[in-house]
Amino acid sequence: MRTLILKSASSYLLPVLLLFSVFILLRGHYLPGGGFVGGLVAAIAFVLDAFSNGLDKTKVVLKVHPGFLMPLGLLIAFLSGITPILFSDLPLMTGLWADDPIPVIGALGSALFFDLGVYLVVIGASLTIIFTISESA
Amino acid sequence: MTNDIIILPLVIHLFFSIVLMFFWRQVNIQKIVSVVGNFVALVLAIWIFIGVYSQGILVVESGNWPAPFGIVFVGDMLAVTLVLLTAIAGFAVSIFSTISVIKARLRFGYFSVFHFLLLGLNGAFLTGDVFNLYVWFEIIIISSFVLISIGGEKNQLEGAVKYFALNFFASMIFLTALGVLYGLVGTLNMADIALKIKDVDNTTLVEISAVLFLVGFGIKSAIFPLYFWLPASYHTPPSAVSAIFAGLLTKVGVYALIRIFTLIYGGDAFLSTLLLALAIMTIFSGGVGAIIQNNIKKVFMYFIICHIGFMIGGLALYTEIALAGVIFYLIHDIVIKTNLFLISGVIYRIKSTTNMKKLGGLYANYPKLSLLMAIPLFSLVGIPPLSGFWPKISLILASFNAQEYWFFAALIFGSLITLIVIAKLWSEVFWKNQPKIKFPKKFIYFDQLRMGQKLTFIFPIAFLTFVTLYIGFGAEHIQQVSQRIATELMNNDSYINAVFKR
Repeated sequence: MRTLILKSASSYLLPVLLLFSVFILLRGHYLPGGGFVGGLVAAIAFVLDAFSNGLDKTKVVLKVHPGFLMPLGLLIAFLSGITPILFSDLPLMTGLWADDPIPVIGALGSALFFDLGVYLVVIGASLTIIFTISESA
Repeated sequence: MTNDIIILPLVIHLFFSIVLMFFWRQVNIQKIVSVVGNFVALVLAIWIFIGVYSQGILVVESGNWPAPFGIVFVGDMLAVTLVLLTAIAGFAVSIFSTISVIKARLRFGYFSVFHFLLLGLNGAFLTGDVFNLYVWFEIIIISSFVLISIGGEKNQLEGAVKYFALNFFASMIFLTALGVLYGLVGTLNMADIALKIKDVDNTTLVEISAVLFLVGFGIKSAIFPLYFWLPASYHTPPSAVSAIFAGLLTKVGVYALIRIFTLIYGGDAFLSTLLLALAIMTIFSGGVGAIIQNNIKKVFMYFIICHIGFMIGGLALYTEIALAGVIFYLIHDIVIKTNLFLISGVIYRIKSTTNMKKLGGLYANYPKLSLLMAIPLFSLVGIPPLSGFWPKISLILASFNAQEYWFFAALIFGSLITLIVIAKLWSEVFWKNQPKIKFPKKFIYFDQLRMGQKLTFIFPIAFLTFVTLYIGFGAEHIQQVSQRIATELMNNDSYINAVFKR
């Protein structure tokens, strides 16, 4: 599938899709979106890149093994869950929110970090599956 | 902060499974981290047990949402006792896994998934929300499916498919029951359901939901007509995995039955009759199954089924003495069944087979080890003063008081058949001379191991045997705990009041 059109398009699509996935990630919580969908969009960006430029080049772009993103994401989500126990004497998974919203990002809370964790886990899991299948195929 | 301690077993196991994932390829580091993690979990479980024992029921409202709306975690005596037993079994099995499971299997995240399984078990014991219970069951199924199929041998995959298909089906029935119940009472919090179910007019539908729960949990805990997946799957994975399955997975089903049928459907006459009939049949079919088997792993598997009947029957009697007996039996059974499968793992390592016909002469060659193995075997039979004896007194007394003579007879039958089978096993495996068989050359025998490796094999068994001995000789303490749990279960007001902070 290494056509010229796909190849030139994908070099533009990769950053655009990644940016879009971050937008979806931040849009979540009150509006449709969030870590899961965002993670899937980001995974699609890399899969498209792998289709047009080959798997090896995508791995170079990705820099880390996708399997590494799974525990990393889980760790971030886990930390966002136990932060209320550690720092403010509240039960597990209580939502903590900053007082003032930050421009562009919006209201900052522990839910965002949980979503960030989900985002990384989804990228890691889906890319690991797809890469493994395409390597053995 | 004090209430938060009951959530710590979940936090610890999740934390360690994440840490283990970072060391995906370094199996040797994983071994150390997992044993350390399980040790920490054991210490925490003891701490929590003492905390709940002295302070009464502890409740955590996760996310700080008030009780009927958010998910609550309730640490009552029953839950924390089971958390403690899970920690004991988990600690023993994690040490046993470091030596008995081959590296090719450990490479695929064995320990990480093992901690996820323990996370699911602890979650199921601690949660106070029925839907959350379903979620923990899913976590248990997924991680146990991975554990049972790691290694990918043919018979393993066959067992895994049977295991997964039937347990998944059970989850579906459980979910259906949940849906019916939610439609009736409009809440998922167990304490809230217990309050509201008394006002439901449509008793037929309540009974239907109860029967659906019974079928769902019945498959998971392997009671009479629904146990066929268990003998088909439990012997296929390595002994360490079988041990944790035998000790804890079916017991989660029993726990769920106890919780649902005491808290929500307390003492329903129709259900009691049904449960009692099922219990008698379970004892009978498990016992008869055990007597015809020649593979010691399979014998132990049928014992799991047989002894589940003791607990279900005690639950059906629904008196305080019977429930105390059930809880005592549960405590005894988790430790003993885990230990039996570890023992079968060591016998396999010594003789390269678990077939009774090919085994023999163990006592002549390993007298000390045989005596160590004798303690759990005789505890299983219930020879006084070992641990199996005490709960049977309560159960037999309760069945006699309730004039349920069929169950009384089934208890006697179950104990007798256990005695016969263990006597047969003892004479075949330990006393008989070693029959002439071909020992495979390419096999690492127990004798070829270094001293440290041998000790790693023996230590978990010795540890669990020590716990069994404590349950037997310190029966007074265990009986006190069981009585207290039984009282709490019979008067569920304390549970409900604790959840709603009244």
